[in-house]
Amino acid sequence: MNNLLRGNTGDWEIVIGIEVHAQIISNSKLFSGSSTSFGADHNTQVSFVDAGMPGMLPVINSVCVEQAIKTGLGLNAKINNFSIFDRKNYFYPDLPQGYQISQFEQPIVGNGMITIDLDDGESKNIGIERLHLEQDAGKSLHDQHPSYSFVDLNRSGVALMEIVSMPDMRSPEEAQAYVKKLRNIMKYLQTCDGNMEEGSLRADINVSVRKPGDDLGTRCEIKNVNSIKFIGQAIDYEAKRQINLIEKGDLIEQQTRLFDPKKGQTRSMRSKEDSHDYRYFPDPDLLPLTFTNEFVDEIKKTLPELPDIRKKRFIDDYDLSSYDSNILVSEKETADYFEAAAENSNPKLVCNWVIGELFSVLNKINKTIEDCPIKAEDLGELINLIDNETITGRIAKDVFEIMLNTGESPVSIVDANNMKQVNDLNEIESVIDKIIEKNPDQVNALSEKPNLIGWFVGQVMKETQGKANPKTVNEILGKKLLKKG
Amino acid sequence: MSVDKDNVVKIAKLSKISFKDDEIEKFQEDLNQIIDWVDQLSEVNTETVSPTFSSFDNDKGMKKREDIINDGNYREDITVNAPNSEEGFFLVPKVID
Repeated sequence: MNNLLRGNTGDWEIVIGIEVHAQIISNSKLFSGSSTSFGADHNTQVSFVDAGMPGMLPVINSVCVEQAIKTGLGLNAKINNFSIFDRKNYFYPDLPQGYQISQFEQPIVGNGMITIDLDDGESKNIGIERLHLEQDAGKSLHDQHPSYSFVDLNRSGVALMEIVSMPDMRSPEEAQAYVKKLRNIMKYLQTCDGNMEEGSLRADINVSVRKPGDDLGTRCEIKNVNSIKFIGQAIDYEAKRQINLIEKGDLIEQQTRLFDPKKGQTRSMRSKEDSHDYRYFPDPDLLPLTFTNEFVDEIKKTLPELPDIRKKRFIDDYDLSSYDSNILVSEKETADYFEAAAENSNPKLVCNWVIGELFSVLNKINKTIEDCPIKAEDLGELINLIDNETITGRIAKDVFEIMLNTGESPVSIVDANNMKQVNDLNEIESVIDKIIEKNPDQVNALSEKPNLIGWFVGQVMKETQGKANPKTVNEILGKKLLKKG
Repeated sequence: MSVDKDNVVKIAKLSKISFKDDEIEKFQEDLNQIIDWVDQLSEVNTETVSPTFSSFDNDKGMKKREDIINDGNYREDITVNAPNSEEGFFLVPKVID
């Protein structure tokens, strides 16, 4: 795939690296016993530790450590049995300690790699540089008062994983595929819920441009992009902005930028020159974080089947195409739904129905597969009714529509509405005979236009409200009308 | 290693502390004395010694908590010492990025 952007002076290559902040799924915070649940009344989930009160000491949450290790394993990464917490010092009202406890030189997880799947069916490996544990900050509300900002510390101290990629992506699509894949892996692992709207997953995107083969250009960092769509838009805008500047003879200034979704543009953040001097040093309140290989092995045993493995199993066990399998596993919920529906049914048909009818309906009624009105088992049952020739494919679409609106089971819908397929040879034959008798002109025209047989099939279906077994109809029509030719 | 006047001004700024000019000189002197004192450590050859991150026994590592909710829910106590608060929020001079 050619990812180059065309400028006035030739082709340009975009180089993208991403830092993802993922909120860890845990009951309590990284270093305190207050709750992490979303949407609680302000400042109710704040302990003296989270409020940065003097004399309070942080004690690490063992589950947060396990979640970080689990995620590291899911990213095929090196797990460091010895890591250090550092203080990252900066001044901001939503950071009561005056520093964020983070990991700087010795993170809990080192180099790893994930495979992203692109729309053209290709896949590509993206390197992971590191994953480290750190605290989230509180939240400032600026619109409550003309001269004051309001600070809510509920989020202060919640555990985050910062996952840093290598600068391995070359297009907005690759960046989007990377974040999607990362989110999907964490959802499979249940280490982060991946909810970008609630801020459980945020991306900082580093973008630079260069002529192919040149050294890396100066990069700009776009902070806190919170949707997959915006990631694509922000990179697209930023790359073109940089190319324009360079082609005008300007230099790119390394800076932090914000994406404005309304305008579809990035703009420079006003920041003081010293703001990046974080004066990291090891946090004297915390000992090194250590654990044994056996501890990591125990966690390894609890890993669920991850999307890449599941995809391979779908291809091998269900005989699905790589393309279809990819669509199914790319959201854990979709793959779960498919498997529940396919359990006692024909997997290939189920796959077609999920990707076809079901996706288009969910799209239309603006629902996700999690709150799908049709139960997976019911979809499987519907497909069995087609597969064992109880109903025709055409009738199945009507049944599907009723299931969607009423939530009733397909068998009861078919019974109640007398929708069963007509397989009785005599019954179908008598319908066909009647149609032949009434339409001598069409019968005569058949020798000239053999395609007219389709018209006869249509008439039979109309007469039987779509219930005649199509195979039988075709056979009898063939015997009666085409035997001469 | 030593600090010059600019270093002191920068550190003060990062720490949100303002000094008068003569104070800056005094702190420059104090800081340099501290650094000189600590610099004695560099006389020791540490080539084969790994960095010390803690003076405790590293083998045991840090103590860990269970993942249970057993703290929080005392908003009044959290905000009582704040210079300014309203309806359970901390109020700070408006910050806009």
